[in-house]
Amino acid sequence: MWQAYSWINLDFILKGFLVTIEVSVISIILSFLIGAVLGTLRFSKIPVLTPIIAVVVDLVRNLPLLLMIFFTYFGLPELGIKIGSFGAAVLALVIFESAMISEIVRGGIKAIDPGQMEGARSNGMSFFQAMIYVVLPQALYHMIPALLSQFVSLVKDTSLATIILLPDLLYRAQIVYSQNPAYTIPMYILISILYFIICFTLSQLANRISKRYA
Amino acid sequence: MKKLKFIPVILLALLFLTACSSKQSSSNEYQEIKASKKIYWGIRADVRLFGLMDIKSQKIQGFELDLAKALTKQMLGKDGKAVFVQTTAKTKIPMLMNHSIDVLLATNTITEQRKKVIDYTDPYFPAGQAIMAPVNSKIKSIKDLNHKGVNVIAVKGTTAVVNMKKFAPKAKVLEFDDYGQAFSALKAGQGVAMTTDNGILAGLISQSKGYKLVGGTFTDEPYGMGINKKQPQLRQALNKALAQLKKKGIYAKLEQKWFGNIKGLKL
Amino acid sequence: MFDLFLQNWQTYLSGFGYTILCSAIALIASFILGTVFALLEITETKWIRFLAKTYIEIFRNIPLLVITLFFYLVIPTYFMKISGFTAGTIGLSLYTSAFIAETIRAGISAVGDGQMEGARSNGMTYLQAMRYVILPQAFHYALPAMGNQWISLIKNSSVLAFVAGFDLMYSADTVAFSTYHVIPAYVITGCFYLILTLPLNFYTKHLERRA
Repeated sequence: MWQAYSWINLDFILKGFLVTIEVSVISIILSFLIGAVLGTLRFSKIPVLTPIIAVVVDLVRNLPLLLMIFFTYFGLPELGIKIGSFGAAVLALVIFESAMISEIVRGGIKAIDPGQMEGARSNGMSFFQAMIYVVLPQALYHMIPALLSQFVSLVKDTSLATIILLPDLLYRAQIVYSQNPAYTIPMYILISILYFIICFTLSQLANRISKRYA
Repeated sequence: MKKLKFIPVILLALLFLTACSSKQSSSNEYQEIKASKKIYWGIRADVRLFGLMDIKSQKIQGFELDLAKALTKQMLGKDGKAVFVQTTAKTKIPMLMNHSIDVLLATNTITEQRKKVIDYTDPYFPAGQAIMAPVNSKIKSIKDLNHKGVNVIAVKGTTAVVNMKKFAPKAKVLEFDDYGQAFSALKAGQGVAMTTDNGILAGLISQSKGYKLVGGTFTDEPYGMGINKKQPQLRQALNKALAQLKKKGIYAKLEQKWFGNIKGLKL
Repeated sequence: MFDLFLQNWQTYLSGFGYTILCSAIALIASFILGTVFALLEITETKWIRFLAKTYIEIFRNIPLLVITLFFYLVIPTYFMKISGFTAGTIGLSLYTSAFIAETIRAGISAVGDGQMEGARSNGMTYLQAMRYVILPQAFHYALPAMGNQWISLIKNSSVLAFVAGFDLMYSADTVAFSTYHVIPAYVITGCFYLILTLPLNFYTKHLERRA
């Protein structure tokens, strides 16, 4: 069993670990930004735009992420964009997770006392100024635990992109044990630990922060 | 009433997606390839001997990759570049049709059904469907699989799945995304045998003891390179390049390099 | 796209059936397991609390796909035959139960300690007080969060496609890669998922608004 962790195999798996981290980090940053914008827009009740965003967000939230992955991987090349598995995975994750995050952001803004907005407005700020300088910073602060657990989901969800041959942690582990089946269990133990380390760190952070509020 | 607003938007979204999926006929791909000096080859990374990810070098290696490189040089000269895109049995034809790749060189059997949606070059490898089972298995031929309650393992999108309905309709076929996962499932005892092309099975057997080919091939299904419809120039160019490689002896060299040592494989 | 559905409706419906079956079993199993682990997590015995916590953290922080593939490939090698459907349903139940446990635990702490003390001083045992006083209220508090977990559960049942579980996503694969109409095949699949998830989504939002 210990031969499974030869340097050659470990090196191969660690490259996959880096891909997983890379995809996760890019997707977390992008989906946070887009999610924050979408959540704010949904809260601000702009005619036409807000209902459309609401419908799209609801659709995306209620469909499996695997479908998004297929849509980006097989759909975009038909429009003439050679996207590749990395791009398709990131795009699908960003679409899916920013919809989820927009709900968190909307909920967070809602929880802020409306008096804050009114106060800022009566001091001469525009709606978006008040949003950006007064409401959002407070809302985001309280949302941190929910956001972090959403990021944990995102990291775990990257594993689904093995279906489009993204060379991530899970995919590379599959390659190793498909060529040497005795390594199946050692590989699953190894990648479980690696996923666990990232996700557990993030969720402990979330727990700490939410305890501080409570 | 408020909820009804959703309906037009959903319809719009559906329309958009269907619009994405309508196939537009492309321009002359051969001219595009010649201009960009690049060919996007659809290859495999899960088929030993044909195209397999090598863990040590972290590169995909195999007969089809070598062949693709040789064909690229033959067609575009020394500065021609071969770009390799991984495909699986399931995804290879949709990826050709949506122009993710230019040419499919991925253990792709020529079939009448597939000819309806893509075109083929001349065959480049003689293949046929066979069965692989554990060494101690009592299965002798395809007939032994034709019983109720027998699980046979295959890979999504392969002709093997279709053929099983013809040759052993009573068996239940479990389909997996690639050969690695399928073989892992066979080893885990999820099925009594695995079926696909002889060359692919030979590759799997060559790497791990305890499995054998049984009953020889029961179909005749050579591989051809897949290209999109309405690309006669590309097809001609590929056929010509393949013929030249055979004439120069490069093809025979590659065949010897990859299949020379496999016992029981007649080409 | 409509033609595609008419030609393959049997494949879709059978997949839909398996998805419903898997989701229903996993929903019940994860609810029971989740409740049990939530209770274990708040007992006074330290090592039981530790075990419960470990279980929850393990299943919360490892991808569902990894858990499912592990069951599918490892159990048959060492213990017994297990079908893709069974492996997927077990994986989904265990994975979801960790999240359900957390929401129920949050529900219990929302009920407050006073209720427990009151019930105990009225002569109820700890378990009686839990069963008749605390848990019913805790479920009520936890319901909106659980609704969201159930939506995730239905969506997550698509991992069955990775282990030949014959679910909706597996059927979609079959249609997409035998007809080569990939996008329309998945759009139809999406509609089937929405049939299950959208009502639950509206119900959950309704609960959240009321809360």
